[in-house]
Amino acid sequence: MSNLTQNLKDSAAVAFVALLLFGPFLGLQLGDSNVGNLTLSTRPGLLAAAVAFTFAARMAILLWHDHKPAPQRTAKLTASVVRSGRFIAPGLLILALALPLIPGVENSYIDLGVLIMTYVMLGWGLNIVVGLAGLLDLGYVAFYAVGAYSFALLSENYGWSFWECLPVCGILAAAWGIFLGFPVLRLRGDYLAIVTLAFGEIIRLVITNWVALTGGPNGIDGIPHPTLFGLSFSMAGGPGTFAGALNIMPTPAQRLDYLYYIILFLALLTNWVTLRLRKQPLGRAWEALREDEIACRSLGINLRNTKLTAFAIGAMFGGFAGCFFATREGFVSPDSFTFIESATVLAIVVLGGAGSQLGIVMAAMVMIGVPALLQSLQIYRMLIFGIALVVIMVVRPRGFISTRKPTVSLGKAKIITADMISEGHG
Amino acid sequence: MSDTILTVSDLTMRFGGLTAVNAVSFAAERGHITAVIGPNGAGKTTLFNCITGFYKPTSGSVSIAHKPGEALRLDKLPGHAIAKKGRVARTFQNIRLFGGMTLLENLLVAQHNKLQAATGFGVLAILGVGRYRAAEKAAIELARYWLEQTNLLERADDPAASLPYGAQRRLEIARAMCTEPLLLCLDEPAAGLNPRESVALNELLLKIRDAGTSLLLIEHDMGVVMKISDHVVVLEYGKKIADGTPVEVRNDEAVIKAYLGEGDEDDPDAPVAAALEDAK
Repeated sequence: MSNLTQNLKDSAAVAFVALLLFGPFLGLQLGDSNVGNLTLSTRPGLLAAAVAFTFAARMAILLWHDHKPAPQRTAKLTASVVRSGRFIAPGLLILALALPLIPGVENSYIDLGVLIMTYVMLGWGLNIVVGLAGLLDLGYVAFYAVGAYSFALLSENYGWSFWECLPVCGILAAAWGIFLGFPVLRLRGDYLAIVTLAFGEIIRLVITNWVALTGGPNGIDGIPHPTLFGLSFSMAGGPGTFAGALNIMPTPAQRLDYLYYIILFLALLTNWVTLRLRKQPLGRAWEALREDEIACRSLGINLRNTKLTAFAIGAMFGGFAGCFFATREGFVSPDSFTFIESATVLAIVVLGGAGSQLGIVMAAMVMIGVPALLQSLQIYRMLIFGIALVVIMVVRPRGFISTRKPTVSLGKAKIITADMISEGHG
Repeated sequence: MSDTILTVSDLTMRFGGLTAVNAVSFAAERGHITAVIGPNGAGKTTLFNCITGFYKPTSGSVSIAHKPGEALRLDKLPGHAIAKKGRVARTFQNIRLFGGMTLLENLLVAQHNKLQAATGFGVLAILGVGRYRAAEKAAIELARYWLEQTNLLERADDPAASLPYGAQRRLEIARAMCTEPLLLCLDEPAAGLNPRESVALNELLLKIRDAGTSLLLIEHDMGVVMKISDHVVVLEYGKKIADGTPVEVRNDEAVIKAYLGEGDEDDPDAPVAAALEDAK
């Protein structure tokens, strides 16, 4: 009984907050009067409905909490998610490989696939820094920008092709990862996040203002598209093009499918390297670093090198993705590398469950795919998206897949539940 | 002629105006268990942190002799090299395990440097070639050995955070031993253990000593100190007040005074002093 009073009180408090919030937003409305000046009208009915709805929703949540079955269900749920993960991962992989081959799949879906895959790759790259090493990086977009601009500048000034530039972009981004990693070695948690955020902005501002080199806000265009063993995907056809060599009609779909497979390959490379590294001493040292830095030091692990390799390898994959971004768009400008990109990638990593490769794929599909597929719903799109994120964080606060699989075992490997794992706050 | 493994000379550590350790000198013998005791706030942990490289001493030196006659200045090494080059391992008063990793993984992280050297900058290991596989197998065998010694083998694949307190203490010792140290430093290994676990700990420590690793330990549990130490160093207010065998220290006037105080009923160390008396 006391529980019910408690719930009623709580719901009333929430309804009061709703009243304060909705009061000006919904309760008041500006309108035009006949004589041309503004009038203020009130909408008490709508306001009352909104507050009543909030009260009812809060009450429902509280009641659901009270009658929620014991927490073992979550454990069981987690186990089943992990078990089904064994089938989800290959299923997704087959779908990803076959998507362009399925007849009737429109180009817009392939394009969306390319976009999602780019974010999957960025998420996997950032996962090394945030998920494994536990270093909270809010400026990951900096390395994406370094990769994109490296390719843009090398192709503009020296005529390098995509495949020549790809490794160079990775190396340059890794170098910047080390360069930016050095000053932040001693920082942890919030401080690290703020400084990396600043670095991300600094890179963007330098690109914007160094007009002589980067073209400033106008960006660089005319970046070449990737070629397949020297064959271009030009619409003109004829010798030297893919379509010409195979004697078929050139279509835009060919180029799009090619881009799709490039990013799929790059993303799978990222995944493969990460999965291998996790089972290596380096990967274990990253995870140990996330768990306890001081203990790592007492065991003779060089913290500086371990952190810098995490920054460098994470940045390298960001650089690859940036290079791909530049070749896909054919144009780069500072507008593509704003803080919101870093935030999106970090959100994908956190939502997926830091450290989990499959979780990140699922999160990228939700974060990128859902808003794109809901285009037709127009203004409600972001509302639905926001509600979806809140619901996910309430139901699975540590991300889709928050468990951890041991990298080595004497007997049968057991899945480690999320409550054992430290979250890595920097 | 004595065979000294660790030499601490004139070690001073100041935090601003506070002198936590004041010109302390002592030596630890190879193959011995040396205990550092003293009332709360005597500077034991600070001394420990200086030896294991977590603090840079204000003045004085700490050196380790890997072989008789050699000397490597620990206070000149960077923090992580204490374990790697200095071959000194340590445990912590408040246990610091990698809770989300399994016991086996904890012990493999301890062998990081050895394994990392076998990976050929990671590239060979990613491709799955080279001598990494053999190195990892050897590392797992060493881990298995220490899990057996600490009686934790059947829990090897459980996360470290799921272990009960006493087992976590043992795991921390096993992890430190996996770095193959010449000197093992233990910060209050018996804290929070029940009497039976405490006895098992004594046996483990004696086994480690007999296998050739020297030990340095800070301890409040006089039962542990008096039973297993070969040599006891007593600190009070950052200064060394006594140094000798357990019997000598027990009968030392200055030590008795430090522990018993001078008739102060509210002395927080009174239980310790009582234990000291009992041990006689």
